Amino acid sequence: MKIGVVVNEGPYTHQASDTAYQFTKASLEKGHEIYRVFFYHDGVNNATRLTVPPQDERNVQRNWSELAEKYQLDLVVCIAAAQRRGILDDSEAKRHGKGDGAANLAPGFRISGLGQLIESGIQSDRLVVFGD
Amino acid sequence: MSDTKRFLYVNRKAPHGTIYALESLEVVLIGAAFEQDVSLAFLDDGVFQLIKKQATTGIGVKNFAPVYRALGDYDVKKIFVERESLEERGLSEDDLMEITHENDDEEDVSSVEIVDRARMAEIMAAQDVILSF
Repeated sequence: MKIGVVVNEGPYTHQASDTAYQFTKASLEKGHEIYRVFFYHDGVNNATRLTVPPQDERNVQRNWSELAEKYQLDLVVCIAAAQRRGILDDSEAKRHGKGDGAANLAPGFRISGLGQLIESGIQSDRLVVFGD
Repeated sequence: MSDTKRFLYVNRKAPHGTIYALESLEVVLIGAAFEQDVSLAFLDDGVFQLIKKQATTGIGVKNFAPVYRALGDYDVKKIFVERESLEERGLSEDDLMEITHENDDEEDVSSVEIVDRARMAEIMAAQDVILSF
């Protein structure tokens, strides 16, 4: 089955991202296709490379990045939601004059528009939303 | 148009206190460009999103409530509001803003339909994609 995943909550405060990660990982291991994982609302905060959780805790961002690398996942962060919350890639950081090294988008993620969410709903057999 | 799917946006949270209502509306507006079969549902505290005469100056946030009234221009013509959610909050249809769209005879008709909980379940069951905010 072709599955689209949506993550609407940030890491650590809320279970949504962890559950979405476990669901995505299990789906891939079962041989399903993950069309895209779309991060919206506070879900965009899963995509900052600057989180430093305690060493004995899971690293939510790194989990996603490693899963993306292993399975060539398409992890998309909503640009409007990301800009509100200070998640920037190189070109956005430059465009908004935030200075060298300000970009904090983690590996495996890309920033794009809400159209990618609608498209995921159209193209996937199921769209599964994780949120509050 | 084999790519047309039935999209339902479910709005469950009050506006202004959290960002869900505003960012849900942003998805609806962007989604309009994809020419899908779109419906909106308002239930639980989400019914507060459609209350008349919202004024946000005092709390310093943008008042996006007028955007709901423009949804007809985005070809969003089906807005379902759950009756029980209104009643549980002491609200009625009279408390909701007027949202209209132009029908085929170029008349302005209401886009809002008050439905009971059982009917809302049927509406949800008939969708291809449900985005819940």
